[in-house]
Amino acid sequence: MADEKRTARAQKDGTEKKSKATKKDGSRHADADRSTDTVSAEGKAEARRHSVEKAETRAKATAKRKGLRKLTGLDRDGLLGMLERMMLIREFEEQCANLYRAGRIRGVTHTYQGQEAVAVGTCTALRIDDYITSTHRGHAHVIAKGGEVDLMMAELMGKATGYCKGRGGSMHIADMTRGILGANGIVGGGMGIAVGAALSSKMLGRDTVAVCFFGDGAMNQGILHEVSNMAAVWNLPVVFLVENNLYGMSACLEDAMACPELDLAKRADAYGMPGVTCDGMDVVDVYLAAKEAVERARGGGGPSYVVCDTYRFLGHHVGDPLSYRDKSEVEPWRALDPIPRLGRQLVADKLATQAEVDAVDAATRAAIARALAFAEASPDPDPSNLTEDVFA
Amino acid sequence: MSGTATGNAAATGAAATLTYVQALNEALREEMERDPTVFVMGEDIAVWGGGGVFGVTKGLLEAFGPERVRDTPISEAGFTGVGLGAALTGMRPVVEYMYADFMMVAMDQIANQAAKIRYQFGGKARVPLVLRTQEGAGRGNGPQHSQSLEAWFCHIPGLKVAIPSTPADAKGLLKTAIRDDNPVVFLEHKLLYGKKGEIPAGEHLVPFGKANVLREGRHVTVVGIHVLNDMALEAADILAAEGIELEVVDPRTLVPYDRETVAASIRKTGRLIVAHQAPERAGIAAELIQCAIEDAFDYLDAPPVRLCAANMPVPYAKSLEDAAMPQVADIVAAARRLMSGSSVVGTRS
Ligand SMILES: Cc1ncc(C[n+]2csc(CCOP(=O)(O)OP(=O)(O)O)c2C)c(N)n1
Ligand SMILES: [Mg+2]
Repeated sequence: MADEKRTARAQKDGTEKKSKATKKDGSRHADADRSTDTVSAEGKAEARRHSVEKAETRAKATAKRKGLRKLTGLDRDGLLGMLERMMLIREFEEQCANLYRAGRIRGVTHTYQGQEAVAVGTCTALRIDDYITSTHRGHAHVIAKGGEVDLMMAELMGKATGYCKGRGGSMHIADMTRGILGANGIVGGGMGIAVGAALSSKMLGRDTVAVCFFGDGAMNQGILHEVSNMAAVWNLPVVFLVENNLYGMSACLEDAMACPELDLAKRADAYGMPGVTCDGMDVVDVYLAAKEAVERARGGGGPSYVVCDTYRFLGHHVGDPLSYRDKSEVEPWRALDPIPRLGRQLVADKLATQAEVDAVDAATRAAIARALAFAEASPDPDPSNLTEDVFA
Repeated sequence: MSGTATGNAAATGAAATLTYVQALNEALREEMERDPTVFVMGEDIAVWGGGGVFGVTKGLLEAFGPERVRDTPISEAGFTGVGLGAALTGMRPVVEYMYADFMMVAMDQIANQAAKIRYQFGGKARVPLVLRTQEGAGRGNGPQHSQSLEAWFCHIPGLKVAIPSTPADAKGLLKTAIRDDNPVVFLEHKLLYGKKGEIPAGEHLVPFGKANVLREGRHVTVVGIHVLNDMALEAADILAAEGIELEVVDPRTLVPYDRETVAASIRKTGRLIVAHQAPERAGIAAELIQCAIEDAFDYLDAPPVRLCAANMPVPYAKSLEDAAMPQVADIVAAARRLMSGSSVVGTRS
């Protein structure tokens, strides 16, 4: 039912027509300059424009949306909870970037500003005993799945009280009590793990589902093909959740990805799985798409792909000079910021007043401030236990 | 002197002080100019920041174009295989992995394919393939971005393994690697990219299998890998004040390995320390120490010592990472222990 609605929406917003218009000759992209195997600057600019226009059209179509409770089946707390989680992620990431710039976080750290709707919409469709595997850009997945920001912040600062006792840092946060099977420093590293979690669900007769988060760039890791095929052959309860933010580091989709019309959901066709695309800048749309995929998986209907079209407002990691991306590209995406967007809809739908929305914002800021204070006050790991938990 | 490199288009460099990363860049440029079959390929090497996350390929896209400076999708296994196939059929690819840890994604293509082909095809195939990456700890990159994996590659017959620790060697060894007709795993170190050093003028090639004595001394030989050489030099300064002299030997390549230079050093010093950031267990130190025992047993005054990382994943927190890795103080302490009882420092306990 929701599927039909979404398809209808997609047709109404005219995305299909538009994407065809840019692919006159049926090649990977109309502007491909075959002598260099790269897309011309104009070709890329056009593709970028097309992506954001598609997102803008979707946003317009849903701006006046009423009846969020009926549409989602979530109650007021559930809807406000999504707002709160998105705000928590935003503030966590802002503080994370500040800490990094201040030299308090080592190595590299990847933040999620702009993509909050993806993690939150998806994890709202999950139970606490469902599983997720995450990525290098994983803070948001952990928060969305109910992870504790105090322990996360402490981990980022390499403290003994952190989720991983300071051993892993930004890219390895896991919470085995909440089905969070780890962020990952290896692109594609979580894909097999997610499918394995789905296999154990099936073998142990549980009705838990696994969601495998990964980016557009990660779709080009060979393991994704292997495990997609296995998930389909064995009919496993797993959802392949693609965060399509148009870039894998400096590699834009056009240069890195061969896929008809760059419609990433089409990759699911190869395995005979359902594949849908949703508005990754709209937490409600993500929730609906994820819910359908998760319910299908839980009900024995097998794996599927959900592609969320989204955008990272900032660099690949804190400190990325962003030389590969035109500045002008960012503003239209910022206008689609999923957080004020949900806030406005909640107010328009009379589910909250603006004051209540602001209060949620203030509360999340306070929560992150407490997390920071907790992390600051925590001790460094004691090197006298250096090899604790090293079992071999 | 610097003007003598005439007649070779590639050898235009005058003697200069360059960083390790600039030296690597110069090597790539010179070899790409010299030989049109040389090309570079890897993730974020062309567009990102004007040339690679560490800047090794800076400016190459502008100089040589996207055909020879290829950004790849995130597909380590795939682009390793593609590099191998191109190497087998007339090209000289230089494949970059952003971190050595990511090579693990491509191990079939490296270990089962690239390393074996020349031998198993009856010697009738050539594989002029360079697999470049950076490894090592010290920057808080955590367990999946800090490993030192040289022993893995050394254990696979059919791969050469280079470990430059100075800018001059970075340049000279990379040029040699590119001209080699066999697969070379070229391991840089993330902490060395900013290190400065003198690069000889003109065509600068450093042969494989020829160790470099970085500092001469009479009492203890230290064979270091990457940053452990710099630490050994620091330790040598500290120990010199106590009358203990370290001889620091940089092997430069582990396959082939210059047993003779190390053995000659031991014949002089009678004591050996081997140090690296890879974990101790089955690390290359064990192999190098066994070579020393075979080559110079009669000259050893004490059991050789290895100073390696603890047998554990590389931790993120600074307090843990520092404790897990061998440090200057460990070299100093080990040298003192080796010397205790000798007439040079007779009173030290
Ligand atoms: C195996 C491996 N290769 C390369 C990298 C370096 N790397 C980290 S994130 C990234 C880009 C990932 O892009 P995408 O999957 O689209 O996720 P996004 O960063 O856009 O969220 C790359 C190349 C890595 N961590 N692991
Ligand atoms: Mg991406």
